[in-house]
Amino acid sequence: MKPSDIGILIVDDEASVRDALGKWFKFDGYRVETAEDANTALQKLQNSAWDIVLLDIKMPGIDGIELQRRIKQIDKNIITIMITAFASVDTSIQALKEGAFDYIIKPVDPDDMSHLIRNAVEQRRLLSENMQMRCQIEEISFSDDIVGESPGLEKVMEKVATVAPTDSTVMIRGESGTGKELIARSIHINSNRRYFPIITINCGAYTEGLLESELFGHEKGAFTGALYRRRGKLEMADKGTIFLDEIGNIGIKMQMDLLRVIETKQFTRLGGDRVVNVDFRVVCATNKDLESAVRDGSFREDLYYRLNVFSIVLPSLRERKTDIPILARYFVKKYAQSMNKNVTNLTPETLDLLARYEWPGNVRELRNVIERAMVGVRGSIIELKDMSFPFTPAAAVASGDDVSLEDVEKSHIQKILERTGGNIAQAASLLKISRLTLYNKIEKYQLKKM
Amino acid sequence: MACIYVVPIHAVSQFWREPLEAGIQKAFGIESRFAGNWPIDLPRAYDKTRNQYNSSDILLQLISAPLTGAGKILGVAEVDLFIPILTFVFGEAQLDGIGSVVSSHRLENKFYGLPDDRALLVDRLIKESIHELGHTFGLLHCMTPACVLNSSTYMEDIDQKSAEFCSGCLHDLRPRLQDFQSGKGIR
Repeated sequence: MKPSDIGILIVDDEASVRDALGKWFKFDGYRVETAEDANTALQKLQNSAWDIVLLDIKMPGIDGIELQRRIKQIDKNIITIMITAFASVDTSIQALKEGAFDYIIKPVDPDDMSHLIRNAVEQRRLLSENMQMRCQIEEISFSDDIVGESPGLEKVMEKVATVAPTDSTVMIRGESGTGKELIARSIHINSNRRYFPIITINCGAYTEGLLESELFGHEKGAFTGALYRRRGKLEMADKGTIFLDEIGNIGIKMQMDLLRVIETKQFTRLGGDRVVNVDFRVVCATNKDLESAVRDGSFREDLYYRLNVFSIVLPSLRERKTDIPILARYFVKKYAQSMNKNVTNLTPETLDLLARYEWPGNVRELRNVIERAMVGVRGSIIELKDMSFPFTPAAAVASGDDVSLEDVEKSHIQKILERTGGNIAQAASLLKISRLTLYNKIEKYQLKKM
Repeated sequence: MACIYVVPIHAVSQFWREPLEAGIQKAFGIESRFAGNWPIDLPRAYDKTRNQYNSSDILLQLISAPLTGAGKILGVAEVDLFIPILTFVFGEAQLDGIGSVVSSHRLENKFYGLPDDRALLVDRLIKESIHELGHTFGLLHCMTPACVLNSSTYMEDIDQKSAEFCSGCLHDLRPRLQDFQSGKGIR
């Protein structure tokens, strides 16, 4: 911020003070105006933007305290500095309590004045920067890599918008590579906890002992190698969100511990006895069939219900094929920027190939395929010859011929539902799955219950 | 040709006169003239509650009836100067105007209980005079620490900076000096 970007308004009924201060700030290059009373000041505040207002506490008519209240109503981020004589220091303290940045007692030492203004400008700069960053966060909240226009994705985003502002626990289901973590981040960024961290832990990546230490932290000497006290992920997520990825992979003991901490929001670090209170929201994700795990006893039913308060099922990429060209072009644009390449599109043949492929790795696989193509491409358009699939193109399904397992499952469930006239219990019994699993399949495939 | 008038204000000693005139000449390339009999009513500027002199009042007197050919005026006082909101000032100037005033009062070592140092006093007075005159040419405070237009709120600040303009300020000053020397600066 250059001094000329900073607007200072001086409000004082004494002309000599207005003139002297105005001149002083003009020499530093600030944009300065003066007002002899509160009404003139309010007029100037309405007409243009001001960063710092210096205002005399004692003025005829509306005094400085009341003027400050009105200024804060116009823009609570305007820095206010009170000008006072010794006699009204108490009033200055009241002004500070009501949001004044500082106060000066007349006459003030030039050096103190310089420091005060420098600090006020810095404070204003930080506030502006903070506001800009908040706007940026809000702008990116729905944009970062969650791309597409398919009904399946739209339904997911509607669910995100519904659940994000609440504090409910969310379970995200979907195949590997469908973007479960992005959805978790989107929920966090659109929640009231967005200015606090989202801490991710991949539960499948740790042994039970390590996961315990990662989540709860440990005291010095809690175990061999615990040389220092370490905060766990749950503590780090205080006031924010903890994203428990691959929740279906945790052991029975850890499930019990996790259930307790989710319910009480209290825990003790490993090797410690002090209870730590935390305030976090839980978002978890899995690509496992948790219902089966509950049935066979490998996943606690009480934890399952505690986590599955609100469920979001992400469609696989083959279920949202209309999004493939949009995603492909999005990744081309993204990598063109990061690789500094002038690549703008893909040929229709390439897009056709991408649309026919089954994408077992979902969006992640598509992203990697585009990235690889971008590395090798020489022209401005990605052609068939630039593509190299991790699976042979033979895996691409000739439309209408071969049918995927999921398509078979979808079709079979629909048939059973039709046969039972939409009776869920009967259909579940015929299919030999739980009613809950059937409900999840119906939601996943968007089947008609008849 | 326009010149800079140096006006001693009830100054008892004027040992600074020659080095100050040389300093101004070096900084601005403009001739300075000494105007010893300028009528300034110093008691008028005196504030007995503060036991200081209002620099704005002195400045007003300096510019109220400028001498013919006076492009810029620099008043040099020995008394302690103030402006209403501040406890003191080393000097004051009109931004892009004609008048400026400086005081040697707080530039003297003895004010801070230190041994008298006349050479240091002259050095500080030259810097503050060039600083205030720079403002009369429309220049603002400069962030470059060594530039004479760097803002000084302590005497130590004055000692740290040089008596010269930085390249940026010099760049801004040159066209204004040309205007001044071609007569556009004469009021």
